[in-house]
Amino acid sequence: MIIAERKPLEKILDMVAPFKRICVLGCGTCVTVCMAGGQKEAEELAALISIHRKKENQEGTVEAFTIERQCEYEYIDQVVERLKGYDVIVSLACGVGPQTLVEHVPELRVLPGVNTTSMGYPKEQGVWVERCLGCGDCVLHLTGGICPITRCAKSILNGPCGGSAEGKCELGKDVDCAWHLIHDRLASLGRLGDLAVIQPPKDWSTSHHGGVRTTVREDVKVDRGE
Amino acid sequence: MIAGSKLERVLNSGHFAVTGELGPPKGADLEQLKHHAYAMRNHVEAYNITDNQTAIVRTSSIACGAVLVQMGLEPTIQIVVRDRNRIAIQSDVLGAVALGIKNILCLSGDHQKFGNEPQCKGVYDIDSMQLIKMLKDLRDEGVFCGGEKLEGEVKYYLGAVENPFADPFEYRVDRLEKKINAGASFIQTQCIFDIERFKKWMELVRERGLHKKVKIMGGVTPIKSLGAAKYMKNCVSGITIPDELIDRLQGAANKKEEGLKIAIETIQQLKEIEGVAGVHIMAIAWEEVVPEIVERAGLYPRPQV
Repeated sequence: MIIAERKPLEKILDMVAPFKRICVLGCGTCVTVCMAGGQKEAEELAALISIHRKKENQEGTVEAFTIERQCEYEYIDQVVERLKGYDVIVSLACGVGPQTLVEHVPELRVLPGVNTTSMGYPKEQGVWVERCLGCGDCVLHLTGGICPITRCAKSILNGPCGGSAEGKCELGKDVDCAWHLIHDRLASLGRLGDLAVIQPPKDWSTSHHGGVRTTVREDVKVDRGE
Repeated sequence: MIAGSKLERVLNSGHFAVTGELGPPKGADLEQLKHHAYAMRNHVEAYNITDNQTAIVRTSSIACGAVLVQMGLEPTIQIVVRDRNRIAIQSDVLGAVALGIKNILCLSGDHQKFGNEPQCKGVYDIDSMQLIKMLKDLRDEGVFCGGEKLEGEVKYYLGAVENPFADPFEYRVDRLEKKINAGASFIQTQCIFDIERFKKWMELVRERGLHKKVKIMGGVTPIKSLGAAKYMKNCVSGITIPDELIDRLQGAANKKEEGLKIAIETIQQLKEIEGVAGVHIMAIAWEEVVPEIVERAGLYPRPQV
C-alpha cells in the first residue's frame, strides 16, 4: 500500500489560515490502513484546526468527511457538489488524491495534509516499511524476492558493496544490508552462483527518470463514443 | 601492457608496487596537494586522487590529476558512482584521458548521508561493478554504455577496490572474482588493520588462482593518534580495527611512532603473503610520513622500469 504521514500541524495551520470554510477530506483506502488519513484522522485534524482557529479568533468552519478513494473520478463525482461548497480542502490522501481532485474539478482548492512517504507494508503495529520504488522493471526474480533498488541505499544491482558489515548497511546499525539479505536468501535457495552474473546497468527510463509515466491498456479501454 | 602507466609497468614487471593517496582540498588552492605529491615522488609509483571522499565537496579528482600530470607525476583518479550518471562519467573519463591520465580506480563511494551535502540526490545510476565493465568496454570494444561507437580509442589501466573486512566474508572473494571478470586489472584493498582476516581472505583468493589474474595491492593507513584510530573504528564505514591494536596504541608512549611501526610491520607482513603485488598507502592528513614508511619498510629505492 501507499504509506503517508500527516504533515506537521503548524504547517497545515499556516496553509489553511487564509480560508474560512475548510474541509478535511479523508481517503478510505491506503492512508486509512496506515492511519494517516482515514475518517478518524480527518476528524482529529478538523478538531485541531478548529480549536486553534477559535483560540486565534479566526472565523469559519471546519468539517471532515471521507470518500472511499480520492484517486478515482467515480468516488469524487459522488461528493462533488458538497466539495464545491468549501473554500479549501485539506486532502489526507497520498499525493495522488489532491491532484486527481483538481484535475477532475478544477475550481476546487486542495491542499496536501500528508506527506506521501513510500510503498510498503506495516511490519508491526505502528511501523511501516518501504518495499517498492515503482521502478517499472521488477528484478525480484533475480534477488530472491528482496528488492535492491528499494532497500539498498545505493540501489546497486551487483552487491553487497564494501560498506556492508555484520548484515547492516553503512547508513547505520538500524538498516539491514539488502544485499546481505539477498546473499543469504540465495544461499538458502541454492542459487548463490547467480551472484556471479554481472547485472548490466539498469534501464532507468521505465522509472521516473523517463518522465511521468502513463500506463495504457488498449484491451481494457472503454470506448465512450466521445 | 594496456596503458603503459608506470603503475602498470611496475606491477607487470613483478616488483612490489607502492602507491600513495592524496585528498583534494575543500578549495581551489592546490599548493599543498602539489607539495605532498612532490615530497613522495621518489617513493610511490602513482597517487590515488580521491573523488569527493566521504561525500565531502572537494576539488575534482580529474582536475588534481591533471595538475599532477603537468608535474610529471602519475595520478590514479578515483571515480565513484554516487555523484555522476553514465553520461557524466564517460564524458569525464574521455576528458581525463585527454589530460594524460592513465590509471582509473572504480568505486561505489560513501553514501551522501556522511558528507557535507546530506540533502543531495544520490545518483547511483550504475554501480561500481557496472562502472568497471562500462570503462572496460569503452576501452577494449570502443563502445559507450549505450552501444554507440567511440571515436578513436582510449587507453587506461583499470582498477577496482575490494574490502576483505566487509561482510559476508566468503562473498568478498566471489566479489573480487566478479570485479576481475568485469575488467579490473588491479585491486586496492580497504585499509588492513586485521592482518589475520586479510591472510584468510588471501588464502581463499589463492585457492581460486585469482592472484594470478589481477594485481592485488594491500591498503595500509598509518594511524596518527588514538583518536584517529577510534574515529576510524567507529565512524568510517568499511573499516575494522581490532581491539588489540587500539590497546597497543593506548599503551604506547609515542603514539605517532607506534602508528608508524604498525604500518611498517603491516607492509612487511604483506610482502610475505603470496599473491600480494604491492601496497597502497593511504596517509590522509599525514602525507609527509609516506617516504619514511616506504624506506623503513625496505621498499626504497623504487624500481625504475
